[in-house]
Amino acid sequence: MLNVLLNVIRRDLLLAVRQKADVLNTLFFFVVVVTIVPLGIGPEPNLLRAIAPGVVWVAALLAAILSLPRLFANDFADGTLEQMLLSAEPLPLIVLGKAAAHWLVTGLPLTLMSILFGVAFDIGVEETSVMVVSLLLGTPVLSLIGAVGAALTLGLRGGGVLTSLLVLPLFIPVLIFGSGAVGAAASGVGYAAYLLLLSAFLLFALVLTPWLVGIALRISVE
Amino acid sequence: MTTTTAAPRFNLYWFASPQTFYPLAGKLVPWFAGLAVVLTLIGLYIGFWVAPTDATQGESYRIIFIHVPTAWMSMFLYVVMAFWAAVGLAFNTRLSSMMATAIAPTGALMTFLALWTGALWGRPTWGAYWVWDARLTSELILLFLYLGFIALQAAIDDRRRADKAGAVLAIIGVINVPIIYFSVKWWNTLHQGASVSVKGSSMATTMLWGMLIMALAFWMYAIAATLYRVRTIILERERRADWVRELAAREAIK
Repeated sequence: MLNVLLNVIRRDLLLAVRQKADVLNTLFFFVVVVTIVPLGIGPEPNLLRAIAPGVVWVAALLAAILSLPRLFANDFADGTLEQMLLSAEPLPLIVLGKAAAHWLVTGLPLTLMSILFGVAFDIGVEETSVMVVSLLLGTPVLSLIGAVGAALTLGLRGGGVLTSLLVLPLFIPVLIFGSGAVGAAASGVGYAAYLLLLSAFLLFALVLTPWLVGIALRISVE
Repeated sequence: MTTTTAAPRFNLYWFASPQTFYPLAGKLVPWFAGLAVVLTLIGLYIGFWVAPTDATQGESYRIIFIHVPTAWMSMFLYVVMAFWAAVGLAFNTRLSSMMATAIAPTGALMTFLALWTGALWGRPTWGAYWVWDARLTSELILLFLYLGFIALQAAIDDRRRADKAGAVLAIIGVINVPIIYFSVKWWNTLHQGASVSVKGSSMATTMLWGMLIMALAFWMYAIAATLYRVRTIILERERRADWVRELAAREAIK
């Protein structure tokens, strides 16, 4: 069982490493979006400090969505996905592996990169560490929920826009509690509840979404 | 297909086929539409002339007679839609999926009306058309969920796949309904708490009656609109079936 999971992760990571541009573009997009905001709003430090967590979180959301098509589209195009559906191994496990690999090449780099923005927006050490923890807990949820949207829209015309339309409303709770945690830390209120709720979302998504993605993939590929 | 025998004594499954449901829906639509009109007239009469002016909100509260019923229907219709979609997914029954597809536009309309009337109500009472409040935001997400469902189904040409994919999306979205419903309890919101509950209500009796009658009116409207729409969907999807061709031929002669 664990072997299947690790093999899928290893395979997807290998594919990602072979096509570095895809991975780096997502990260670059995240950086550009966050950088553009102060240019549009103006360099007023207090204002930027107040909106920093929201900006970083929204940019992370958009970056996650942009990278979703990569999750299944290539495997669908070359027939690998069909083999995965036919395989005797449990499909949710394979899906979990793919989502984990997706997170390792998008969510994790974004999270690490956000430390830099904590400094750039000057939000303080505690707030930055809360932001990193919130992203660490929240971005896997984005990959998992996003996988459902990617599976449902597999191979459809205008798939990219449609995926974001389906998935963004479902991302909202993660966004609210993710940036809420940083906001709470900034105003000196307890932020533990936000992080606990994010952890709850993560556990919930870990249990439910691989199974839902499996159903959605079977619907889309049949 | 032409040997349509009489319906057995009483069997609900008899109407599970589009062919038998089509004429039944046709017979029911005028009744529900008529009830909707009558109830709306009674409800609006009570709302405008019988119900007393509110002690704190003055006359502006009277939008409650549209706002609350549409908000109730927006949540209720989503659950009904998800229910039929789930039945269609589980038992592969065509009519259930068609019902889900037919409910979605009416649900989206109700959600839009609830948001719109809420904005008009918010302006005189809160001083703003819109606030980023838990209940308002979650209701807005509900609108996005309806639109997502409609967009997903519209993007898929294969009807069977559209039905199933929509069902998965609708089922996931159900999580949002209790969040909207309890949002005024869970968070400290600007939106006022519920005035009506199972235990009783904090409103004047005539206000309550006006609101309940309007809710019933919207309910009847939603049923009529859905049945009307499902008839069109049945004809569209079953256009290659013999009974639809015969029906079309008969209509053409008339």
